[in-house]
Amino acid sequence: MALLLRGGRVVDPSIGLDEVCDVLVKDGLIAEVGKDLSASGATVVECAEKIVMPGLVDVHTHLREPGYEYKEDVESGTRAAAHGGFTAICAMPNTDPVCDEGSAVRFLVERAAERGKVRVYPIGALTVGLQGESIAEMGDMLAEGAVAFSDDGRGVQDSGTMRRVMDYARTFDATVVCHCEDEALVGKGVVNEGVVSTRLGLTGWPFAGEDVAVARDIAIAELTGCRLHLAHVSTAGSIQAVREAKARGVAVTCEVTPHHLFLDEDALTPFYDTNFKMNPPLRTVADRAALVAGLTDGTVDAIATDHAPHAAHEKALEFELAPFGTTGLETALPLVITNLVATDVLSWSDVARLMAAGPRAALNLPPVTLAEGSVADITVIDPEARVEVTPAFFESKSGNSAFLGATLLGKASEVLVGGTLALRNGKVV
Amino acid sequence: MLSTRHIIDVEDLTLEDLMQILDTAESFKEVNERRIKKLPTLRGRTIVNLFLEPSTRTRTSFEIAAKRLSADGINFAASASATVKGESLVDTAETLSAMACDLVIVRHKYAGSPRMLAEHMDAHIINGGDGMHQHPTQALLDLFTMRERLGHLEGLTVGIVGDIAHSRVAGSLVPALRMVGARPIVIGPPTLMPARPDILGAEVSYTLDDVLPELDVAYMLRIQMERAEGQPFPSVREYSRLWGMNEARLSAMKPDAIVMHPGPMNRGVEISSAVADSPRAVVLDQVNAGVAVRMAAMYLLLGGDASGAAA
Repeated sequence: MALLLRGGRVVDPSIGLDEVCDVLVKDGLIAEVGKDLSASGATVVECAEKIVMPGLVDVHTHLREPGYEYKEDVESGTRAAAHGGFTAICAMPNTDPVCDEGSAVRFLVERAAERGKVRVYPIGALTVGLQGESIAEMGDMLAEGAVAFSDDGRGVQDSGTMRRVMDYARTFDATVVCHCEDEALVGKGVVNEGVVSTRLGLTGWPFAGEDVAVARDIAIAELTGCRLHLAHVSTAGSIQAVREAKARGVAVTCEVTPHHLFLDEDALTPFYDTNFKMNPPLRTVADRAALVAGLTDGTVDAIATDHAPHAAHEKALEFELAPFGTTGLETALPLVITNLVATDVLSWSDVARLMAAGPRAALNLPPVTLAEGSVADITVIDPEARVEVTPAFFESKSGNSAFLGATLLGKASEVLVGGTLALRNGKVV
Repeated sequence: MLSTRHIIDVEDLTLEDLMQILDTAESFKEVNERRIKKLPTLRGRTIVNLFLEPSTRTRTSFEIAAKRLSADGINFAASASATVKGESLVDTAETLSAMACDLVIVRHKYAGSPRMLAEHMDAHIINGGDGMHQHPTQALLDLFTMRERLGHLEGLTVGIVGDIAHSRVAGSLVPALRMVGARPIVIGPPTLMPARPDILGAEVSYTLDDVLPELDVAYMLRIQMERAEGQPFPSVREYSRLWGMNEARLSAMKPDAIVMHPGPMNRGVEISSAVADSPRAVVLDQVNAGVAVRMAAMYLLLGGDASGAAA
């Protein structure tokens, strides 16, 4: 079947494209891009006043299946992804059992094929059971479809182990995704160490706990030549370290999350709202500014959600007992549009760079463009669509969003995955 | 009447509220000196002591305060409660709310838990100590004792010495002192300081001896080894030498300066026995004030006014 995206502003900086034209999709591929296209029998999607760009990818999603299906599963998580405008997501391995061997990767690949609304790329564990000790079977996991490796949720504490992990990953030119947290410095920290930890009487999670681990992992990447991707960078120091490492040619990439970009620690005062409890924690206004600077100067490669669904009863606990994390798949794009595009900090090309091309390059995923012949993974954005972030808005099973109550402007209206509509008129198909 | 429904942070109180509590406590202190130490003012009101962390002194003080006002006081202790069996604090709050309690005194090892309770029940809440955050009635009884012994609060220089980082007592006392126009100085090594003591309104001194001559009050905190992460100082011996209150330091203070301690004391660590037993240590006055101040807080939160307190 054929599908015609008509009259949208078609933006793909990777092929130098930014003009109002049509995109014709046939047999899962982009058949033609140009003005006044027609195709008999094609389904027409009117895209006037909309933005058409290569499908967005989230390189940092917690799908929770297997083991925590009450929080999220492959079906609900990929519905949330489609709703948020993503055509693909990378699933973190901290499930139960941990995704640390080939069979676990195969399970996820098969489950996604059966029930997934968007593409699911598994990220395998770096170490067995996320214990930070023995290297997991990377070769086996790659053979089953893993795209990268991470112990996300915990940093690998032992530097020698990290060195061996990165060395071994070079066998496959695989990307190592690091959660940067020095546990000896962070301890039981739950909020940024500083004003808010003092005011609320909560244990601080100091910026140095991240900066030290970022510096170490960059040094080990430099030593080994391993491809390093830094997850959810949250501090000004981390951004500067990545900027300097890139300048001297280290193969390092990094991502930032919408919650670290658009919220700071002041959100926590005085109500101890556990929807603002995340790891790494919300930082300062100055850190936020550094992250935004990193977006515009190319230091940051990807905006990633760290979508971390949790059940209501888990978040309704004392702050120190509640789990870390906020959902993010369905709010990321609206937040970026509202806070960065509408304010002229980012262009639509920047959005395509940070949410489509950049994340794919960071994790070495198959490229997707809007050139003829490319696979038709496409996101259509309505910049004027109004989003009220309420519990009813979510396709995710969990409503633990740090942005509940926000009114945002702009969201995905259509999502095509391999030429098939996963989202139509803002509704999951 | 107070302007707030709850006393969770000391900043919930206006200066007027705070002074009203201290003044009302004066009347109740007089009641506590009578042979029959009981007033009918809170008859028929239900006050729950929800102590989810072990406490003898504070719980007893609240319990006596409730009884002296003729309230029906119920103890809901951690060992006897459902919380150890896995009931959430929210469910506990809603359960107590369904039983139509009027006032809940809560102590819990987790900061912010009194705020959670307040969101899930109709009762008034008094924070009896939440984690490393606040312990407002302790600050109130401390102010009461300072005013009683020194005659005024405004302009006093109060050195709070010890584990500031982990102290909910300091968490409430520093802002309370600022409210009444006193000058708090937090004293101790950086390993025992919160990240930003300045934002609470305190000056900081790492040494005790440098500021000793300026102090009207030396407030010695209990060294809580159980809360410390790692090793915040080399030895108890060195701590005691640098930050402990002893007779030599007492004699270096102003002649009318006093020594306070929230209890329980570690004699020989943060305070020597000689100082603890000296007339310039007002530790038992603090305990005594605690009952009167808690009576005042309960009474005023539950709608009493200053005239009724004299009954």
